[in-house]
Amino acid sequence: MSTTTAKRLDLKGLSCPLPIAKTAQAIRELRSGDLVEALATDPGSVPDFAAWCRATGNELVEQSEDGGDYRFLVRKK
Amino acid sequence: MPARVAVLGGGVGGTLAANLLAKGLGRDVKVTVVDPTGMHVYQPGFLYVALGQANGRWLARDERTLLRKDVDLAVERAIRIHPDAGTVQLERGGSLEWDYLVIATGARLVYDTVPGLAQGAYEFYSLEGAQRLREALRTFRGGRIRVGIAGIPYKCPPAPVEFVLMLDGYLRKRGARKRSEITLLSPLNRAFTIESASKLVQPIMERRGIGLETFFNVESVDPSAGVVESLEGEKAEYDLLVLVPPHRGQRVVDQSSLGDPGGWLPTDKRTLQLEGHERIFAMGDATNLPISKSGSTAHFEAPVVASRIASLVHGTAPKTNYGGRVMCFLETGDGRATALRFDYEHPPIPPRPSRAWHAAKWVFNRLYWETVPQGRIPERASKGRGEA
Amino acid sequence: MTLATQVDRIIDARGMPCPGPLMALIGAIREGEVGDAITVLSTDQGSKTDIPAWVRKAGHELVEVAPEDGYARFVVKKAR
Repeated sequence: MSTTTAKRLDLKGLSCPLPIAKTAQAIRELRSGDLVEALATDPGSVPDFAAWCRATGNELVEQSEDGGDYRFLVRKK
Repeated sequence: MPARVAVLGGGVGGTLAANLLAKGLGRDVKVTVVDPTGMHVYQPGFLYVALGQANGRWLARDERTLLRKDVDLAVERAIRIHPDAGTVQLERGGSLEWDYLVIATGARLVYDTVPGLAQGAYEFYSLEGAQRLREALRTFRGGRIRVGIAGIPYKCPPAPVEFVLMLDGYLRKRGARKRSEITLLSPLNRAFTIESASKLVQPIMERRGIGLETFFNVESVDPSAGVVESLEGEKAEYDLLVLVPPHRGQRVVDQSSLGDPGGWLPTDKRTLQLEGHERIFAMGDATNLPISKSGSTAHFEAPVVASRIASLVHGTAPKTNYGGRVMCFLETGDGRATALRFDYEHPPIPPRPSRAWHAAKWVFNRLYWETVPQGRIPERASKGRGEA
Repeated sequence: MTLATQVDRIIDARGMPCPGPLMALIGAIREGEVGDAITVLSTDQGSKTDIPAWVRKAGHELVEVAPEDGYARFVVKKAR
């Protein structure tokens, strides 16, 4: 299982639902098991990433927040 | 004694308002949603059904599954509102008492005010209509397709523009585009209500050979002659006619004598109270507010309604106003889309159409059920009006 | 208000964003009878061109365009 991040996305400043949309687009290009790291500032991205992972089966490996900056680590199924 | 709130309508506005009220007030409130079908429909999906991009199955869900357990659901039709008595009469004979009322009854389509419309035109403003149109397009071999608007106001101003742009792509794929003529009949002197969006889409329409007739307000249809006539005295011949049907407020509004001549509820643009009534709120498509009738409008209004009712229940000063926020996607048909984000103070500055916004619309379509009716998208999301 | 014009309906569209005032006029014309005089009050700048342009195309009569304090008054007679 890959532990290196295949793609890092800086989505800070983008508003809902662009952060999850761009992440979904990027994941399409990756291989199964690859990791994507997404950084966002929109608070809407928290429920968006959770719901999208639930709906698609991609794994939300990690989610953290640091002073308004959100970080999501998603593994492609 | 918990405050009793009746919410008429289980669409996006009513469902979200009910859930937010129950969540915010807990045992201080008893919320009941009254809906005639008990089915919650995702109306933006009709466009995709019409163009063969989706079937109807993901479009509707049991309203009960979208409501919190502490919210009651009465699958009934409200027929008369009695503001002074604080009751709502139900079709099957019962009556519901309320301390606060939320009217989120939406809009209904009326086919008979435009002669010939029902027989001569297709529409994608209902699931059945979208399915019929899908079949008509499947067997369409070429000819003149006119897309027009038979009444103002109507839900989702971008939809007719999206339809012609996506139809262009659909016909190209089928190899029928060269044999076809697509024309948008606009009631205004531009393609779209919002000027900045018109400026964006009109060149795209022109590049793709999609015609635009302006100041064409549909007055009647002659199905045998294949002609649609405008209020302005013009005629257009068609082989396939797609019209946005006239819209009115729901019958319960007319029957309660609460609406304006169009059946729309006179609503305060900031407090969302029904004019002249402190304890009655109106939201979504049902209001007379001169803003877009769109799901997002109801979505952004719901927290204001819930918060204001909570303030009334607790006897505290109201904390929020509705700022007119609306957010609409606009598909441009080539795997791209743009977004119209605006409010009372700020007109939209639509970004250049991009694949990212098209992906965003599809993510939204997909995630709607898991997030919006339950209020899992925080409304405080950053504005970012002008970003790409 | 001019005494010579009989006003059948007044639409106060002040504060309505474009194209609200025009749409309200079109709706009122649809609902009205030939001969009706409809007044529209608008703060929207676009109305100054949009309303006369539509009235001309639709074959009605633009009876009056009057600047008021902070808004404009349009009186349209349904001619057909």
